[in-house]
Amino acid sequence: MAAEATTTLANRTPVKTKEALDALLADRGGKRYYKELDRLDVDRDALKKNLDVSFKSRMKTWLEICAHCAMCAESCLFYIANDRDPKQTPSYKIQSTLGEIVKRKGDVDNAHMQYCMDTAWGKCTCCNRCGMYCPFGIDMGVMFGYLRGLCYSQGFVPFELKIGAGMHWIYNAQMDVTPEDYIETLEWMREENENDWPGLKIPVDKVGADIMYVVNAREPKHYPYDLAEAAILFHIAGEDWTVPSTKGWEGTSLSMFAGDWACCKQQVEGVYAAMEKLKVKRYVGTECGHQHRATITEGPYWAGRKSGQPPAPGYHYVEWVLEALKTGKLKLDPAKKIKEPVTLQDPCNYIRNHGLTDVTTEIMSYIAEDYRPMSPNREHNFCCSGGGGMNGIGRYREERNIGLKVKRDQIVATGAKFVVSPCHNCWDAIRDLEEVYKIGIKWSFLKPILLKQVIVPGHLKPKAA
Amino acid sequence: MYEFVSGPLVWISFGIFFIGLLVRVISYIKGLDWQKDRVAYSAAGIPGALKSVFHWIIPFASQGWKDNPVFTIGTFVFHICLLVIPIFLLGHNILWEESWGISWWTISDRTADWMTLLFFAAVIFLIFRRITNPNVRLVTTFYDYVILAIAAAPFVTGYMAYHQWLHYKTILIIHILCGELMLIAIPFTKLSHIVLFFCSRAQLGMDFGIKRGGQKGRGICW
Repeated sequence: MAAEATTTLANRTPVKTKEALDALLADRGGKRYYKELDRLDVDRDALKKNLDVSFKSRMKTWLEICAHCAMCAESCLFYIANDRDPKQTPSYKIQSTLGEIVKRKGDVDNAHMQYCMDTAWGKCTCCNRCGMYCPFGIDMGVMFGYLRGLCYSQGFVPFELKIGAGMHWIYNAQMDVTPEDYIETLEWMREENENDWPGLKIPVDKVGADIMYVVNAREPKHYPYDLAEAAILFHIAGEDWTVPSTKGWEGTSLSMFAGDWACCKQQVEGVYAAMEKLKVKRYVGTECGHQHRATITEGPYWAGRKSGQPPAPGYHYVEWVLEALKTGKLKLDPAKKIKEPVTLQDPCNYIRNHGLTDVTTEIMSYIAEDYRPMSPNREHNFCCSGGGGMNGIGRYREERNIGLKVKRDQIVATGAKFVVSPCHNCWDAIRDLEEVYKIGIKWSFLKPILLKQVIVPGHLKPKAA
Repeated sequence: MYEFVSGPLVWISFGIFFIGLLVRVISYIKGLDWQKDRVAYSAAGIPGALKSVFHWIIPFASQGWKDNPVFTIGTFVFHICLLVIPIFLLGHNILWEESWGISWWTISDRTADWMTLLFFAAVIFLIFRRITNPNVRLVTTFYDYVILAIAAAPFVTGYMAYHQWLHYKTILIIHILCGELMLIAIPFTKLSHIVLFFCSRAQLGMDFGIKRGGQKGRGICW
């Protein structure tokens, strides 16, 4: 296997060395990778063994009792977006993929594994909406997550997610950003803003802080101003906060999208170790949906925490914002409320997967004069179509773009031209939606909006020269 | 023949039915795995479990039922008739009063007769839906029809027996056999959803109640 790993790109070995990562990165668009994938054997014994230990009563029952009623069809955004193609019915998608693997006890070929891969990543974002519409409570999003794990263990994973999981193995972050790079970027942002915000601090490794703030590697890599905005808002709110300078500074998990559970464990343990080392009272994650799901909702289980809870209570950024608005830590100027119609893309990962159904809706009442919720909304909202890793996978770009139509129609129906989204994935999907469909919208995270509207206490303002 | 199918075979089929279902429930619960399922199963999940079952066992109490009104009516009529007719039929109650000394409320034969017709209408609707709805047709297998046939056979034969169509005694024996076949089939087939529905719903309810924010948000009607 080791020899195989060094000579091929498509194989069953996770990317754990910089050398292997570089080899993949050198393969532009994964051309060689997918060619090799066509020749990748299925290790049937390993697949069967995997099923024997991991395919348990919950999923066994789900596959067995599915009444084939197809009530899940209308719940799936890809079904709707693809002109109601019956082959996009979630129950069909899972029965024809995982169902077959189980029925054949792992005795499947390369073609079937590729079909599974194309379905698990190209026709499902694991948004778990179908699970809410099945009379038997069959959550096909959960099953597709499981199927991704089976595919990954056999080397059948989209190119970008093989790389993504590799990044987490090597950098404990979704991109090649080291803790040093991160701290340097923070320092740069602090310096950049210290004139406007005298006394602005970015406390690193502060033991016993109230809040440990954890980000998405995209922020230091591509959007450093997001870090500055977060720091300024904490500064205005007078929060006692900190960031870790060790692994654990980053909370995303492309390994979750890839189905690399061992990597998920390593990733989240880094964050938990930082929480424990810094003895923080709570964790606040940035405006990222899947980060919240990976680190707070699913993470405790990967890390083997029987309580199902992280070492310190975990909050999504929107929860912190609402708390700050309610307690008056952040006071907004009502005159600066957004005047034009505005809508909200509320991400699945903290709604359907963490119950925060009303938090951001309530924030909208503070920041917008004419808030127009999408229909359906809250826990019934549709995925942006870029979730579950789909945004980043070149092979399924077309499928993603078709899926975007559902979000496009939801947005257009509100009449708003401004979309707020506190999630990196949704934010990207909406940006791409505008690029593909040109409906004349703009989009934003919450941080820039809050900064525009916040009333700055006198003592925090720069002294007049 | 009649003595055998209405005597020992009844015992055998009820035995298989109850023990089989008990085994299904126990093995379901034993197969749950907090770490693999990623749900910290505990008593804290019970409200979520109950809520999940409640919203789906009452017509139109969940979004899914609301979105599919015709199917909801069809499937509820089907299931209500399926349970009410055999359990509350006067004739059946007399039988177990004689054998076991137990009985409960009964419905009149006239009601049962009308309900059986309603049941047939629901069966026809379900078959019609399987054939005409392209999504349902795609996922339907022959096995789905077999299951429906197993569930419908006791009613067809019961209706024939009650109205004394064809040779009464023969039809009656066939009717009893069909009922027994259904009882025996339940634990071994998809019909096991008679209990696994509750297991599966309760599990998902716990999943949402414990992990997916049930203790944090206002509680999603999952």
